Amino acid sequence: MTASTTAAHTAERAETADAIAAGPGTVASGQPGSSGLPRHLLSAADLSRDAAVEVLDTAERLDQAIAGREVRKLPTLRGRTVVNLFYEDSTRTRISFELAAKRLSADVINFSAKGSSVSKGESLKDTALTLQAMGADAVVCRHSASGAPHRLAGWVSGSVVNAGDGTHEHPTQALLDAFTLRRHLAGGAHGAGLDGRRVVIVGDVLHSRVARSNVLLLATLGASVTLVAPPTLLPVGVEAWPCEVSYDLNAALAGVDAVMMLRVQRERMDGAFFPTVREYTRGYGLDLRRRGLIASDGIVMHPGPMNRGVEIAPAVADGDGSVITEQVANGVTVRMAVLYLLLSGSDLSGERGGAV
Amino acid sequence: MVPSRPVQTGHGAAFRQSFVPAGRDESATNPLAGPPATADPPPGARTAVILSAADIRRTVDRIAHQILESVGDRAVLLVGIPSRGVPLAHRLAARMHEFTGTTYAVGGLDITLYRDDLRGRPPRPLAETRLPASGVDGLIVVLVDDVLYSGRTVRAAMDALRDHGRPAAIRLAVLVDRGHRQLPIRADYVGKNIPTAFDDDVAVHLAETDGSDAVHVVRAS
Repeated sequence: MTASTTAAHTAERAETADAIAAGPGTVASGQPGSSGLPRHLLSAADLSRDAAVEVLDTAERLDQAIAGREVRKLPTLRGRTVVNLFYEDSTRTRISFELAAKRLSADVINFSAKGSSVSKGESLKDTALTLQAMGADAVVCRHSASGAPHRLAGWVSGSVVNAGDGTHEHPTQALLDAFTLRRHLAGGAHGAGLDGRRVVIVGDVLHSRVARSNVLLLATLGASVTLVAPPTLLPVGVEAWPCEVSYDLNAALAGVDAVMMLRVQRERMDGAFFPTVREYTRGYGLDLRRRGLIASDGIVMHPGPMNRGVEIAPAVADGDGSVITEQVANGVTVRMAVLYLLLSGSDLSGERGGAV
Repeated sequence: MVPSRPVQTGHGAAFRQSFVPAGRDESATNPLAGPPATADPPPGARTAVILSAADIRRTVDRIAHQILESVGDRAVLLVGIPSRGVPLAHRLAARMHEFTGTTYAVGGLDITLYRDDLRGRPPRPLAETRLPASGVDGLIVVLVDDVLYSGRTVRAAMDALRDHGRPAAIRLAVLVDRGHRQLPIRADYVGKNIPTAFDDDVAVHLAETDGSDAVHVVRAS
């Protein structure tokens, strides 16, 4: 018995490794629901333009429905269970998802790797099957391994939402950035995309799941995206992404509609990617002078948490046109939209039809 | 020997494969989705015009008078339920303004997030909600919808209003009452009572949403 259990474990690990090695796209995100949204939200690449616009429109309506109310809670997902499965430290994303689910009256269970059976060596699959047995309707997963949510989607019957996997993707961050951009650049108009808008994404693209998801989603919505980073912080294969690449920040910033600064992820940097922090800041930090280069009504974004004084100067982060705190507020709304679209009507797929 | 694991029992991959995305437009089979105004009647169906454009105009005038008669000079907010309740609310407010010279506030209230059938149906697109920034506290809220049928929409609207504040009273105005209530709800102001069979369709067309004014009943044959 012991032998067979070990064998099963090894086989499962091998599978996971294969899936991760093969990268995104090998695990289908499930058949599209009638909302146009896939059954799981794993990658910004899974979203068609219509599906992405529907999420943004739904978020806009949800914001309207709740704005200025005494009771900032909707009964929409009453009786549904959302599990936050976080294998990696996160404050804002987890709180944002928790708040979004609670605003829709879902029950929320927070599960972090620390202080759970994961620290006793439980595998991702066994954890997934436990959650499945407890009847989780949605699993919001953050994991340090790229592709982990894709694997998870094959094991649980509920919807899986990727809340950041390794250096791969963070689709809800891209959606909230697109929502913020659309509000400022297109007035939040129903059905609108970001056609013709120019966005520059600056910094540690190599370690950034935010950058990858944003490039994919913003391109889907019609914006033209330019990545600016030192050559050492660009991933292999970036030339295949639907964007321009530049090493010259000053030139790239001229007249753009929005600039998105990425955090320098020192915790993921095990090698020397740039000589000194100071040199990085001089070449790729956003200071007031560079801030002046973008369009006069342009906006400054940062997914947070910020390294003030490294990639962004405090005066810029707190200055005119900075929408960084707005991004946080919009995150809750957009995640509400995602949970609404994934979970309302999910009984149609039959999973819980017989189980409840 | 082998300890039983909490694995999926039956509800898993098999169901996933049988999942067929349903069409978005299921208003024909859903009594709560409102009338399919733009859909052509199915072959063999009999269509009867119940209210003409002139009838609708007179009906709106009468309801406007009835509202004024019953609320007196207390503060009123007309709240339309999308999609066709909103233009009707605007028409009522315009007529009431004409009769009294007072301006009446109009809002829209999307009830999708308060429906009781969200689980079993595909996610619906949300409509616009627009209520006064000062809230609804102390106002007489007149809910306006085109067709009163099961009463579930109105139930949802009352739940939604409760989350927005505490109106002094809630009234209900509808252009057509077609019967078949599933909840103990009745309208205070009714344009026309139309006896229908359960599976008939009542189609309300308004100039603002459909290009012209008319109410049809499409009889299921």
